[in-house]
Amino acid sequence: MLSESDLSRYERQIMLDGIGIKGQEKLKSSKVLVAGVGGLGSPAAYYLTAAGIGTIGLADFDEVSLSNLNRQILHATNDIGRFKIDSAAEKLSSLNPDVQINKHCIKLTYENIADTVKNYDVIIDAVDNFETRFLINDSCYFLQKPVIEGAVCGFEGLLMTIVPGKTPCYRCLYPDLPKEKSFKGIIGTTAGVIGSLQAFEAVKLLLGIGEPLFGRLLIFDGLNSSFRVIDWSKKRSCPLCGENATIKNPAKY
Amino acid sequence: MIVKINGKEENIEKGMTLLSLLDFKRVNPNSVVIEHNYEIPEREKWGEILVNDGDNIEIVKFMGGG
Repeated sequence: MLSESDLSRYERQIMLDGIGIKGQEKLKSSKVLVAGVGGLGSPAAYYLTAAGIGTIGLADFDEVSLSNLNRQILHATNDIGRFKIDSAAEKLSSLNPDVQINKHCIKLTYENIADTVKNYDVIIDAVDNFETRFLINDSCYFLQKPVIEGAVCGFEGLLMTIVPGKTPCYRCLYPDLPKEKSFKGIIGTTAGVIGSLQAFEAVKLLLGIGEPLFGRLLIFDGLNSSFRVIDWSKKRSCPLCGENATIKNPAKY
Repeated sequence: MIVKINGKEENIEKGMTLLSLLDFKRVNPNSVVIEHNYEIPEREKWGEILVNDGDNIEIVKFMGGG
């Protein structure tokens, strides 16, 4: 399955216990969707491409703007005005032409989410708003798709790996939309840390190695240079996966 | 009494509820979720749940940026 060029390109990771030839072949046959190609999606997609994930889907409908560039490292100054997925696909293909990049230039909605995620093994949630996060997580819960959930705010970030039926779900953490709009400030390095870790979680999940963040919440505090991992359990009264779940269809906000 | 808040032991007064603890910590309740002794209580009950000596409390911010 692996070509001579693959053996050379991935030499340094194939030599790792837990990856090897078999693991690399598994990555090559894997499909990951990166929802949102911004601050988190840029490093996540970049590392997944570098690692040799066979197929990477990019979902975003936005265009590159100047104020994106402090953190969205797949895009450059001369990409301003282009669709993010075009800009991203170009960089990713240049890094690794063997990776199949699928471009989904859409705003994820109740109507298109199932068709978009159905062909992927793992979904990276890297979007910039809670409405779409709930949509992704509800849909992936019903479709039994794992989600690597990452989010950032300011100097802090959060990460958890959600496997439907096995781990707590997104609504066990956040039952519903926050009542107030969250702060939009962000430094790129925060997104770099969390986006890279999202790619790492996806690789672990695909290979079945290590200890993914199942039922654990990782909180990164950049100013304090600290990572805290909190055990997070299923919520009995969770509206999505709890005993008396009330949500029967993905969120329609 | 001593409680653990976000991994750090803190000395707080007796008789606080989760909601008054947030007020004491100057945290806007609408900006966070709480885990209390590894369970996730309903937001509506934060004003009734008393904090006891030795409790483990995690206050997690709403974060949704990407």
